[in-house]
Amino acid sequence: MYRSHVLVCGGTGCTSSGSQQIIETLEQEIKKAGLSEEVKVVKTGCFGLCALGPIMIVYPEGSFYSMVKPEDIPEIVSEHLLKGRIVKRLLYSETVTDQNVKSLNETEFYKKQHRVALKNCGVINPENIEEYIGVDGYQALGKVLTEMTPEEVIQVIKDSGLRGRGGGGFPTGVKWSFAAANQADQKYVCCNADEGDPGAFMDRSILEGDPHVVIEAMTIAGYAIGANQGYVYIRAEYPIAVKRLEIAINQAREYGLLGKNIFDSGFDFDIEIRLGAGAFVCGEETALMTSIEGHRGEPRPRPPFPAVKGLFGKPTILNNVETWANIPQIILKGADWFASMGTEKSKGTKVFALGGKIHNTGLVEVPMGTTLREIIEEIGGGIPNGKKFKAAQTGGPSGGCIPASLIDTPIDYDNLLAVGSMMGSGGLIVMDEDTCMVDIAKFFLEFTVDESCGKCNPCRIGTKRMYEMLSNICKGNATLEDIDKLEQLCYEIKAGSLCALGQSAPNPVLSTLRYFRDEYVAHVVDKRCPAGVCKDLLSFEIVADKCKGCTLCARQCPVNAISGTVKQPHVIDKSKCIKCGACMEKCRFGAIVKK
Amino acid sequence: MKSLAELQAIRDKMKGAINMREENGDKIRVVVGMATCGIAAGARPVLNKFTEEVAKRNLLNVSVTQTGCIGICQYEPVVEVFTPDGKKTTYVKMTPEKAVKVVADHLVNGNVVSEYTIGSVAK
Repeated sequence: MYRSHVLVCGGTGCTSSGSQQIIETLEQEIKKAGLSEEVKVVKTGCFGLCALGPIMIVYPEGSFYSMVKPEDIPEIVSEHLLKGRIVKRLLYSETVTDQNVKSLNETEFYKKQHRVALKNCGVINPENIEEYIGVDGYQALGKVLTEMTPEEVIQVIKDSGLRGRGGGGFPTGVKWSFAAANQADQKYVCCNADEGDPGAFMDRSILEGDPHVVIEAMTIAGYAIGANQGYVYIRAEYPIAVKRLEIAINQAREYGLLGKNIFDSGFDFDIEIRLGAGAFVCGEETALMTSIEGHRGEPRPRPPFPAVKGLFGKPTILNNVETWANIPQIILKGADWFASMGTEKSKGTKVFALGGKIHNTGLVEVPMGTTLREIIEEIGGGIPNGKKFKAAQTGGPSGGCIPASLIDTPIDYDNLLAVGSMMGSGGLIVMDEDTCMVDIAKFFLEFTVDESCGKCNPCRIGTKRMYEMLSNICKGNATLEDIDKLEQLCYEIKAGSLCALGQSAPNPVLSTLRYFRDEYVAHVVDKRCPAGVCKDLLSFEIVADKCKGCTLCARQCPVNAISGTVKQPHVIDKSKCIKCGACMEKCRFGAIVKK
Repeated sequence: MKSLAELQAIRDKMKGAINMREENGDKIRVVVGMATCGIAAGARPVLNKFTEEVAKRNLLNVSVTQTGCIGICQYEPVVEVFTPDGKKTTYVKMTPEKAVKVVADHLVNGNVVSEYTIGSVAK
């Protein structure tokens, strides 16, 4: 029996900031102090506060150590673990006020969060099935197989109001009922773990921190629709998630929670993993299934929908990782419990991956209907360096930008659509005043051009043309007419594309045109980039009155574009200048200006 | 896994251990002084006994933790028990045997073991 548990984050974020070394040092030091029998080190999944990794929590005190370095470990072991003196100096600064230590749940970052899908992430060891069982894991599966009929299961999911967390927001229970209604000798349950939106990493974190929840939920769905085979389609770029899922599947088989005759109910279910090769389009359901079948990952027209004719031509349901993570708790706590959270048409909670110009980069889970302001200013800790909030991008390359004027919008599926963006998988990229909206639209278009599978022309050729038009605007080579043409093209691509990738590819452009048209116009008419990002429209100049002739800038310039004699004002040769900004950064007198 | 009972057995076994990772204001807190003075006087076996007894009895509403020196080194090992009603009991000169009695009488049945408290020992 251990008297203390030390939880160290083993998610991808903290692993890349060195948590594996922390765990090794910790184990050595604990052994040296003779505490191996008393203190247990647990490698968990993501705690959410990735910006502060490596993260470590010591229970039962609940002390939250952030940005832990290997050299801090001997002190934590000898002071805290041996003598019970919390090392306040190393705690997450927000948990220390004056002399008192606050609970983590009282900090701004966690206070407004409500964890359902991420309930076990950062709490249990994902590689130990017994820890998952210890937090009521597989209880829902037990309940379903021994007490409920498949129809009852589907009804509970329908009543809960759960909608797909992968982007579309289709009601999960309805999807299941379609597949259940179709008679077939074989049906399939699939998990979409092909998380491809730049900036979204909640699916990865769930699989890394709580892989069993996905296995349990898929098995429940198998029972509900009458399928006995599941597939998890996961990106090969997520090695830690793949490894933990493999371990979890093997453990579940060992414990008889996957395989034949689960809970002596006569129900069989098993799961296999399929690795994706990293094509964005394979996150689209029909392309994903085509890829599982062993073909090139290209979408196909719907109908027939997967619930009718899906994987290998059989009725199939496909849900996203985060959707799955909600299922067992809905079964255990009831549809009413889940429906009590959220807004009228969007129930429950949503996980967002906060990124961009924000203090607390990481994963947050909030009830639907939480405003953008609460997420950015309170949970996210606001914008660094005293800059102003300009816009938030949700939904990745399929979504759009929400301007500062709409910061009080309560976030749910329908509100986001109404303001011209979408929920998508929940990536939330915060942008400050130094961001050029045309440049952002161009960035996402570049992504779509790369990732378009090429099957249909509007998407393959249209996005390329859009990208060229945006490049011309950024270079100052476009006319007002081009902006109108660009907008026209957006609608044509939306109307003419087969799958969601093409249909939503113009969204970043349409939403920035809607809220930031003046920036497009400034690029075209004034040949000026208001945020000072587009290099072709910038020029650097030295203000003669302010220049002291210290020569620092001339020595910094990588292309020798700055000339002048000591103690005399210097000059930039604009024909040589590559606009890197190195001179401006170094100037101590503020004599260099960007126009 | 052939029955729910098997699953429950694993859950109950693990619950006590995982329960430590929940922060909850309604718990009874047992705090053992583990500064140099406490350790020298034998606080570690006391701390481990508390942990063991609490786990054995599956007392999910009790958390056993440690603290530094509270300044009465001559009475170490010192153990303080905080109940959710805000009351504090200070036990002094503790031993593993006394710990067993404190768990049974105080933590389980709610009766303070007066003869081990600082009030009677310091007389």
